[in-house]
Amino acid sequence: MSANNTAMAVRYKNNFLKELEDQAEMGEWIKMCMQCGVCAGSCPTNFHPGWDHPPQEIFMMVRAGRREEVLTSNSMWMCTSCYNCYVRCPRKLPITHIMHGIANYAHRLGVAPKLQPTRNFGKIFWNNAAKTGRVNEVMLTVDLYFRNAEGKFDLMAGIKKALEMQSIAIGLVKAGRLNPLELFGGHKCKDQKGIQAMLKKARELEETRKALKAA
Amino acid sequence: MARKEYAFYPGCSSQKGASSSNYLTSVQSMCKTLDIGLTEIPDWNCCGASIGYAEGGELPRLALSGRNLALAEKHLPGLDVVATCAACWLGTREAKERLEHSDILLRDTQIALQEAGLNITVIPEVRHMAEVLIEDFGYDALTKPVTKGLDGLKFAGYVGCQTNRPFGIDGESYENPKYLDKLVESLGGEAVKYDQKVTCCGGALAFSEPEKAHAQIKDIVESAYDGGADMIVTPCPLCQANVELYQGAINKKYGTKFNIPVLYYSQVMAVAYGSSAKEAALNGNVIRAKQLEALAGK
Ligand code: SF4
Ligand code: SF4
Ligand code: SF4
Ligand code: SF4
Repeated sequence: MSANNTAMAVRYKNNFLKELEDQAEMGEWIKMCMQCGVCAGSCPTNFHPGWDHPPQEIFMMVRAGRREEVLTSNSMWMCTSCYNCYVRCPRKLPITHIMHGIANYAHRLGVAPKLQPTRNFGKIFWNNAAKTGRVNEVMLTVDLYFRNAEGKFDLMAGIKKALEMQSIAIGLVKAGRLNPLELFGGHKCKDQKGIQAMLKKARELEETRKALKAA
Repeated sequence: MARKEYAFYPGCSSQKGASSSNYLTSVQSMCKTLDIGLTEIPDWNCCGASIGYAEGGELPRLALSGRNLALAEKHLPGLDVVATCAACWLGTREAKERLEHSDILLRDTQIALQEAGLNITVIPEVRHMAEVLIEDFGYDALTKPVTKGLDGLKFAGYVGCQTNRPFGIDGESYENPKYLDKLVESLGGEAVKYDQKVTCCGGALAFSEPEKAHAQIKDIVESAYDGGADMIVTPCPLCQANVELYQGAINKKYGTKFNIPVLYYSQVMAVAYGSSAKEAALNGNVIRAKQLEALAGK
């Protein structure tokens, strides 16, 4: 467990709800949940194995102070951002964003499941987009397939996954929708410097605000 | 009708050589016919997409969208921003709402934007291309330029999630939006009964958790066949890619024989408006739409 995680757990002692209200995006909405279960019945990921807890259960667990169980759960990472729950919730909770917010918080604390594939993909995606201002789909694929969850280059795993995807990739190249030359640069914004400075500043401001709340 | 002008936000996936470049080509053909002027927002950046939450956090995401909005306002004042990608549209529109509703977020975003030499004063409207077609033109105006009616062709209108929720188009219901069906009908085609119209395809989980996404996509394709559709038509680049590209993998896993073309509404419209197969970017589909190619070649 990271030092930051321990510090936060101590700071908020037995009030996990308050912790998420302060520290997770849209966390202040969680207390509005009335446990009706509509979201659980609407969530597509719920129909397949592998999803631990639908939003309703996560919110109940937050209130019950089951901190570690929530933060280390796979559930939030399974969210496909389909907004089904979001438009159906009778209490108008922005559920999609709350799930993302808790996931992001767990990621920041370093306690989210290490090998969670969507956590990994989300990180690769953001870094890819933030680097030049635009997504480079070829590098995205390479990073996704050839790096393991710790970001180390894994040749064998990459080859195995790439082979599985080969027919898809060939189809895309033929259809002009995947350009291998993107490996050597590809699309980018002109003002990359400005974008990076802007993102750095945004991150600092957000961290400062959150730290102030915990103070 | 007078030419209509918009500030265009194409999104990463529409760029040359990227996964939905055929979307862009067909949108351009469609817009030529309808006399829609699209001026790209100079130096626009990726919005971070829905999946950006993991690493991005809230303010950096707002800054990304804020930069696009500020650039649009600066270089293309007074124009609505139009996106073709559902995720770009949703992310940018959400950013607009948050910035308009929270002084703190707006203040912080402005400070971040200063680093890129930008500033927000009035945030433009943020719209999806399908919204523009239906609200600024309307079905009658969209029927007028038809030179090759889609008679006898059957379409399953796959709306997906993010073009539909949470904002929706034209005040339609979330459970059964009809605009895509009506659009197909105004081109002379038949919109089949399709009960997986708003089912999620798995989104970005198709990359990270393919098993789960494949199960979703299987339902979506199966239902199109059940309705008797010749092809699927969609407004969203990731829906298009997911539903088209994984049919082979699904066939292998489930023993199905899926091979149904998945098109953008703009491709279908371009063909109905008399564009060539190339202008409608039909060569950009991995599963080729032979019936449309034949119609375009007539
Ligand atoms: S639908 Fe809303 S109120 Fe009902 S359980 Fe889910 S979050 Fe709570
Ligand atoms: S937005 Fe996420 S949590 Fe809500 S129904 Fe969709 S997948 Fe489930
Ligand atoms: S949502 Fe997708 S297509 Fe749109 S800007 Fe972001 S990465 Fe690019
Ligand atoms: S259907 Fe799939 S690709 Fe389309 S918006 Fe939903 S999750 Fe995204």
